[in-house]
Amino acid sequence: MDLAELLEISEKERRKKKPLEIHCCVAASCVSSNSQSIKDKLTEILRNQNLADKVDVIGVGCLGLCSKGPLLRNSQSGEFYCNVSLDNVEEILKDLKGEKCRIEKISPDDPFYKKQMHIVLENSGKIDPESIESYIANGGYITLYQVLHEMTPQEVIEEITKSGLRGRGGAGYPTGLKWSLVAKSVAEKKFVVCNADEGDPGAFMDRSVLESDPHKIIEGMTIAAYAVGAQQGYIYIRGEYPLAISRLQTAIRQAKKYGLLGSQIFEANFDFKIDLRIGAGAFVCGEETALMQSIEGKRGTPYPRPPYPAEYGLWGYPTLINNVETFANVVPIIRNGSEWFSKIGTENSKGTKVFALAGKIARTGLIEVPMGTTLREIVEEIGGGVPNKGKIKAIQTGGPSGGCIPASKLDTPVDYESLIELGSMMGSGGMIVMDENTNMVEVAKFFMEFSKDESCGKCIPCRAGTYEIHNILSKILNGEATQYDFEKLKLLCKMVKETSLCGLGQSAPNPVLSTIMNFEDEYLSLLKEDI
Amino acid sequence: MDKIKFATVWLAGCSGCHMSFLDLDEWLIDLSEKVELVFSPFMDNKDYPDGVDLCLIEGAVANEENYHFLKEIRKKTKTLVSFGDCALNGNVTALRNLHGKADKSLELSYKKLVNLNNISEFDYNSISKLLDRVRPLHEIVKIDYFLPGCPPDAARIKFLLEKLINNEVPELQGQFLKNG
Amino acid sequence: MSVKTFSIDGKVISAKEGQTILEAARDAGIFIPTLCHFPGLTNVGACRLCLVEVSNSSKLQPACTTKVSEGMEVRSNSEKLKEYRKLIIELLLSERNHQCSVCVANGNCELQNLAMTLGVDHVRFDFRFPNLPVDISHELFGIDHNRCILCTRCVRVCDEIEGAHTWDVANRGANAIVITDMNQPWGESESCTSCGKCVLVCPTGALFKRGVSVAELQKDKSHLEFIIQARVKKQWIR
Repeated sequence: MDLAELLEISEKERRKKKPLEIHCCVAASCVSSNSQSIKDKLTEILRNQNLADKVDVIGVGCLGLCSKGPLLRNSQSGEFYCNVSLDNVEEILKDLKGEKCRIEKISPDDPFYKKQMHIVLENSGKIDPESIESYIANGGYITLYQVLHEMTPQEVIEEITKSGLRGRGGAGYPTGLKWSLVAKSVAEKKFVVCNADEGDPGAFMDRSVLESDPHKIIEGMTIAAYAVGAQQGYIYIRGEYPLAISRLQTAIRQAKKYGLLGSQIFEANFDFKIDLRIGAGAFVCGEETALMQSIEGKRGTPYPRPPYPAEYGLWGYPTLINNVETFANVVPIIRNGSEWFSKIGTENSKGTKVFALAGKIARTGLIEVPMGTTLREIVEEIGGGVPNKGKIKAIQTGGPSGGCIPASKLDTPVDYESLIELGSMMGSGGMIVMDENTNMVEVAKFFMEFSKDESCGKCIPCRAGTYEIHNILSKILNGEATQYDFEKLKLLCKMVKETSLCGLGQSAPNPVLSTIMNFEDEYLSLLKEDI
Repeated sequence: MDKIKFATVWLAGCSGCHMSFLDLDEWLIDLSEKVELVFSPFMDNKDYPDGVDLCLIEGAVANEENYHFLKEIRKKTKTLVSFGDCALNGNVTALRNLHGKADKSLELSYKKLVNLNNISEFDYNSISKLLDRVRPLHEIVKIDYFLPGCPPDAARIKFLLEKLINNEVPELQGQFLKNG
Repeated sequence: MSVKTFSIDGKVISAKEGQTILEAARDAGIFIPTLCHFPGLTNVGACRLCLVEVSNSSKLQPACTTKVSEGMEVRSNSEKLKEYRKLIIELLLSERNHQCSVCVANGNCELQNLAMTLGVDHVRFDFRFPNLPVDISHELFGIDHNRCILCTRCVRVCDEIEGAHTWDVANRGANAIVITDMNQPWGESESCTSCGKCVLVCPTGALFKRGVSVAELQKDKSHLEFIIQARVKKQWIR
């Protein structure tokens, strides 16, 4: 493959385009509400009506507003057809003919879409995730070509460093710094790993990105491999994501076929392969050291850092591990320049963040907003607030590692530091809205039950500590706990946080600590008199 | 100086801790000059008196009587000491917890493993009802001091009592803290 | 080989390059409690008892895996660490059935000793009383899961020293349990060489020689060091 061939593929794909396209969401959420059959039926109707040469029906990735799925979009007007079913799909045809259509339509100017900014999701809902040609026609792999032929690895790392990109897996470690650490490590082999073991309850950002735009991750990983000097990549993805796995497999096969993975990519002196490793359902395998153990074929348990993976990773070799969303930012940053990227977001948190908006909110789905957008803008304007005029009580971010932010702090701009100040964290991007009927102690217990079940059992504070925290929370909810138990709970949370071996245990008490910090009265009202 | 009102109580345990108490031998005579024994399995009295200063409690809480009695003791006593491993952590008494609730362990002991008297049902009219779970004392009432051991040997008991009688805090360390 | 100077609790001590805080502390006669650490086996940093405060880190660091660096200031006995260590022991005592009075290792148990040393006089958590099995299918040894603290010394000694890898851990969280081969009875294990090293290194009464009664289990902990010395340095001395 050379540049001319790439451009030819792109040109050929563009010539194939029909004047009007109906984009039908085929990401997991809409697929589970039958969008594949809807797509097939619509295609058949158009063929029967002899419209097949004017209108094309294309399966695309996530269109964002999951609560109104199955979603389809008219490429000319940009309007979205909501809650389409096999029974009303003909209505779309009426709309195309300018007749009155009984399907609910949402304009692209709706606040849900208007307030967003798509960098990670730039191709999401626009391209066919199962077609490499579709990705190439949208500018795909050109950046990789430019990197391989016009930039040195140092220049790539510099660009990423200057952009201010930070790890999207939750902790927010500067990506450029991580890359330069791996690049500087001297070893005969190096690895690049994409962490797609998204396990937080309520989070589906990585899944959507992989289902919607798998080539972008492959391209991002390949650029990273070039920058740090790696020859082998792994995408560690959880087994619960069959659709994302199958799309990745397709994408890797296509990229290999075109010579975009393998030996001498774009005829440069650079080889890179990517293999999938499928997780067997352990949350802890999202923790990088446990993840590497799992890739090596061992029991997925974490080990103490340092040494960090950048120095001592897979089989002892330097390893770069980034999250899906981090890799998804690489291509846009290189393509548009670090300056462009660093102008988006806040002082210390650059770019955008994808959130999986869920819970007691009118519009749930996948959104991407610039860092610094306030929580209020996200939940009230984009999310449309609590249905039936309910009131927001709290917003949970960061899943079982995060915390609950009270409604009084809704005007906080979303970035890494401000969320930590509120006792929560960015996490990978789950955002669950809770209304005033929510019992915050129950919320804490829910997440603690999750952490307790997902603890690997290696270190004592996490294995037994989370169990005891859960036990005390149950006692509190049953009205059996005293002030003494409550003090014990606080002590235990602090201890588990400070003494656990890995991030799972270290962050597991956060839902409890943040609800105690912001909603202590709820705990106190449930306590009984001391013995 | 008034004598300290002293009590010892035997809940669900083997009485080994009380036997160990008797190992204090002639020091018991010294003790008797400082304390007045107001309630104990060593004495013949039925009711736990008010205003007890110090009480050693042997055994775990295994039945309803233990439970209510312990609550009563707490109300009537200034300083409570968990006396021995059963009081502290359930020890052997609590091994039945492994087999599930009260009925399960009764069935196991009196029907499955041996059934000499052809028991079909347990008559709780004559005895106190078993709790579903044997529990250490501090899960039920506030305990002031803990004296581990199965049984705690006489030296340990003496150390604790001497300190408490002299209004000092008994800080048990090293071997004095050994369980078992 | 270069030498590092650093301090533990204000006491200046020296260490060889590459030594861990724990090794240097033990050489200097400073006590740092451990349970999962065993001389000669890889360190896994799992029990968290050896956590210390280190001047160049905001987080507590395990002494068993943290290498000494020049000028490092270590605190190994702050009130906070003492409290956390007690909590760890209490959590261990509450999660399974550690009735010392009826244990083969009574008087020879590292968990029991640490509870004493660290001043654990009672357990603040509800005892769980799980109903765990005892496997005496092996002709020489037995395992009582009620006493197991999941330190994985047996797993490591079997893998790293004996080379059999009979032991491993199954399940997760509170359900984690050590298993032999593919979770079959020990006596049916095909990989077990009956060498008994796992029994030697077990800190509690979980792994025992069959036939020993309460408080009778004696474990020669120096035996493993003897084997390693013999193997690595060809020195057959005890």
